[in-house]
Amino acid sequence: MNAETGIGASVLRKEDARFITGKGQYTDDISMFGQTHCVFVRSPHARAKINSIRTDRAMAIDGVIRVFTGDELVADGIGDLPCGWVVNSKDGSPMVSPPHPPIATTLVNYVGEPYAFVVAESLQAARDGAEAVEADFEVLEAVIDTATASSSVQIHENAPNNQAYDWELGEKDATDAAFDKADHITTLDITNNRLIPNAIEPRAALGSYDAASSMYTLYTTSQNPHVERVVLALFVNVAPEANLRVISPDVGGGFGSKIFVYAEETAVIWASAKIGRPIKWRADRSESFLSDAHGRDHVTKAELALTSDGEMLGLRVKTIANMGAYLSTFSSSVPTYLYGTLLAGQYKTPAIYVETQAVFTNTAPVDAYRGAGRPEATYVVERIVETAARELNMDPVELRRKNFIPPDAFPYQTPVALEYDTGNYAASMSLALQLADSDGYAARKAASEANGKMRGRGYSCYIEACGIAPSQLVISLGAGVGLFESAEVRVDVSGSVTVMTGSHSHGQGHETTFAQLVSDRLGIPFESVNVIHGDTGRSDYGLGTYGSRSIAVGGSAIDKAVDKIIAKGKKIAAHMFETTEDQVEFAEGQFSFAGSNEPKPFAEIAGAAYIPAVYPLDELEPGLSEKAFYDPKNFTYPAGSYVCEVEIDPSTGVTQIEKFVAVDDFGNVINPMIVEGQVHGGLAQGIGQALLEHGIYDPDGNLSTGSYMDYTMPRAADLPDFDVDMTSTPCTHNPLGVKGCGEAGAIGSPAAVINAVTDALGVKDVPMPATPHTVWETIQQGA
Amino acid sequence: MYTFNFRRASNLDEARQIHQSSSDAVYVAGGMTLIPSLKLRLASPEDVVDLSQIDGLSTISSTDSVLSIGAMARHNDVAKTTEIPALAALASRIGDAQVRNCGTIGGSLANNDPAADYPAAVLGLGATIHTNSRSIAGDDFFVDLFETALEDGEIITRVDFPVPQRAAYAKFANQASKFAVVGVMVAETAAGIRVGVTGAAACAFRLSSFEEALSASMSASALDDINVDSSDFNEDLHASAAYRANLVTVMAKQAVDQLVA
Repeated sequence: MNAETGIGASVLRKEDARFITGKGQYTDDISMFGQTHCVFVRSPHARAKINSIRTDRAMAIDGVIRVFTGDELVADGIGDLPCGWVVNSKDGSPMVSPPHPPIATTLVNYVGEPYAFVVAESLQAARDGAEAVEADFEVLEAVIDTATASSSVQIHENAPNNQAYDWELGEKDATDAAFDKADHITTLDITNNRLIPNAIEPRAALGSYDAASSMYTLYTTSQNPHVERVVLALFVNVAPEANLRVISPDVGGGFGSKIFVYAEETAVIWASAKIGRPIKWRADRSESFLSDAHGRDHVTKAELALTSDGEMLGLRVKTIANMGAYLSTFSSSVPTYLYGTLLAGQYKTPAIYVETQAVFTNTAPVDAYRGAGRPEATYVVERIVETAARELNMDPVELRRKNFIPPDAFPYQTPVALEYDTGNYAASMSLALQLADSDGYAARKAASEANGKMRGRGYSCYIEACGIAPSQLVISLGAGVGLFESAEVRVDVSGSVTVMTGSHSHGQGHETTFAQLVSDRLGIPFESVNVIHGDTGRSDYGLGTYGSRSIAVGGSAIDKAVDKIIAKGKKIAAHMFETTEDQVEFAEGQFSFAGSNEPKPFAEIAGAAYIPAVYPLDELEPGLSEKAFYDPKNFTYPAGSYVCEVEIDPSTGVTQIEKFVAVDDFGNVINPMIVEGQVHGGLAQGIGQALLEHGIYDPDGNLSTGSYMDYTMPRAADLPDFDVDMTSTPCTHNPLGVKGCGEAGAIGSPAAVINAVTDALGVKDVPMPATPHTVWETIQQGA
Repeated sequence: MYTFNFRRASNLDEARQIHQSSSDAVYVAGGMTLIPSLKLRLASPEDVVDLSQIDGLSTISSTDSVLSIGAMARHNDVAKTTEIPALAALASRIGDAQVRNCGTIGGSLANNDPAADYPAAVLGLGATIHTNSRSIAGDDFFVDLFETALEDGEIITRVDFPVPQRAAYAKFANQASKFAVVGVMVAETAAGIRVGVTGAAACAFRLSSFEEALSASMSASALDDINVDSSDFNEDLHASAAYRANLVTVMAKQAVDQLVA
């Protein structure tokens, strides 16, 4: 392999040249002949009945082409926006999924829900038109608070107690029995704050319809264009599947919020056929705050049963999860199969029982956001483990070590459904402690105290399940899609390669990582591999990018296709060597045969494949192009140890992160620089959740934090220099031994930060985000 | 944005005339408040009168005793001045780099945002605000939330800051917006000790109890036992009135510590 560009090399990202010179092609950069503009008319009320909508004044505005209301979509057979994962309640009944028309018809259920949209010659005219749409609302009492939603006024006709489902996992009796024999029980009431995603590129869509070919083309900011296509075609009925092409060009960040199928692109692609012209929409930042799916928003009571010497016997967790007004595309899976299943953490706790009640409120829908369920699970486990250690007067590191699943216990079956393939948790912990200069902590704490400051330290040993899989398992658990990935490796005549992947890059750097993988395996120059993604018209049906799945699933699919290329190359080479294919070796880009001292470079075989002179065409087809679909055998289980050290100024309540150590085990790593970047980004978002970010609705359901004046995104100056390192236990069940790294930082860090803050303050809990105001008030309450 | 007429004035009289002849005009200086309001359709003036081409409005000059800053001087221009380091430091922490390159001192003062930084300097340093028609003592300038002593159409031309013996500004910034949750300017001036506070209430104010205590002893500990009355203080998502009252003391102490250092 090439040490500069192969697997394991920190190759600079191919795609950055166009991104940092402003040459990226994002949805809003694309314009079409005859293009029109669209503005959505959004509910000013959290909950209201729509008595009537008047559009005539809007239609009269110069430049307005059409004003559409929800009734017109319904009349045209446009269906509801579906939730693609059916979760069953304890009693076996399926979840309640309220009707969710893309454009509201009779009721609005959150501030920002669209109830009409205006298509006009210019954006300005569309805005004027949107302001002129008049609706007669009957305002109804709204439900906002997560904890009390189930005892509040009923929002949806089919959802008593505002409940979507009441789910459980684990063995209740065994867990209760563990608590009966416990020496000590630690309880913790915690909330996981609502977050608003804020990708740098707002959502956008450009829909067009070509009457001559009956083809619909939708450019949109999707993390998974194939899923977008299948949902819009099969469930929402905007077009026959064959006639709909979805393209996600360059996309500026997703973090989960661009997985989902939203009202806006549905409306745009549908209406483009109605008016016979392309329609473009791009969210304003204010619109993004209101209408992107939010993240987290859990209220949890957790109990941990232990022996007096710190052996964990059982964990009981009861969570209320706020789903917002409707069930967004994959929302139901987040506080269940991506949450409850992770509550074993890194520990051999023998009995675990979790209940999740999902509730509706009159707020924006809540769905997957970087980590999706796993940050919430880690927060529960790592906060309560740390709290238990404090209550038992044990070193939190020792308590963890005592309970870690040991390296020789893998594969390890947890009490909450998952089977971990591999890991070495103590190794990550040891390295993290070393990097954190654990030995010097006492002196640093004393120095802070001498300075009138409070210093604290917190740990978090997270586990996550990535590369959600296998298809048949998740389908049996209610998923409406398979979770494999597609790949096609097309070799050109000259031996260069085009890779089509069903994964989608919106910041991850796949054009680089996948090219490294292919060039390394085929022994060809990195520069001669092109990666193409994000177009249902070009790549095979794939599932896109979320859940840190791209390298583990998408990369494995590419690897499998490369295997097929090599196998076919061997057949061709065998004819050239006048031997049999089992006598041909392939290594370092050369096909070789023991009986010949003239190995054939990959490019020569590629040429021979397309100029088929040397092999019998009735035995072997010409060409060198292979496809693969890879369905994982299991999830992958990245894990790590994080240490956070904070110093708090009691006079202002300001928390300064003095040290943040992240040691992750991602198995094998293709591009360490990109992986480290992913860790940095994840840590920024996790620290943002812990200290800065909070999506707040007022009691009437208005979003109080609807702009950067009030919603605090983490900035570089808010973050310390990170100490990032890695250990490695390669994944045992995929061909690359990789696990995935996209979400780890966001999953592991909030608990580390809050454990440090509570340690510094000497309190059991501080709600996230631990803003200066909150910390100061906590100190005042204790004073 | 709604449609409006963009009117560029070449001198003060022309600016006044356009303003007077319009049914609904607004001046734009740096535009750091007005333009976002326009973009969000929260403001719909008929005429926007641009002051940026009026000669002399951005001039910064000084004598031994006075630093005179033209109303159209950008925050970054003020940040580069050396006569009153506390004022330069204050300007260097307004908003972000883009805001500091566009926003002006005159625009900020005329807008009188309760969380703006400059009002603390005007009060703390005892500045005088000059307009196209008169001079207004800083102490008389700030009236209420977004309300000043300026008459309709009156234009700030410059602000004269007496150079203090020593001064310091301490700010507790809102984590999201970087506006002042509380900002305190403490100055030892020819007219005595002055303390100007911004962010805490509807508009900036002087804190006489702190001024008296610091006149007796210029030390942080002089403020230890002084109760800050928070009954009129702002309460919002980011800070309660009690927290703001605490921050007034903490920021004043930080300013004093800087000042005596």
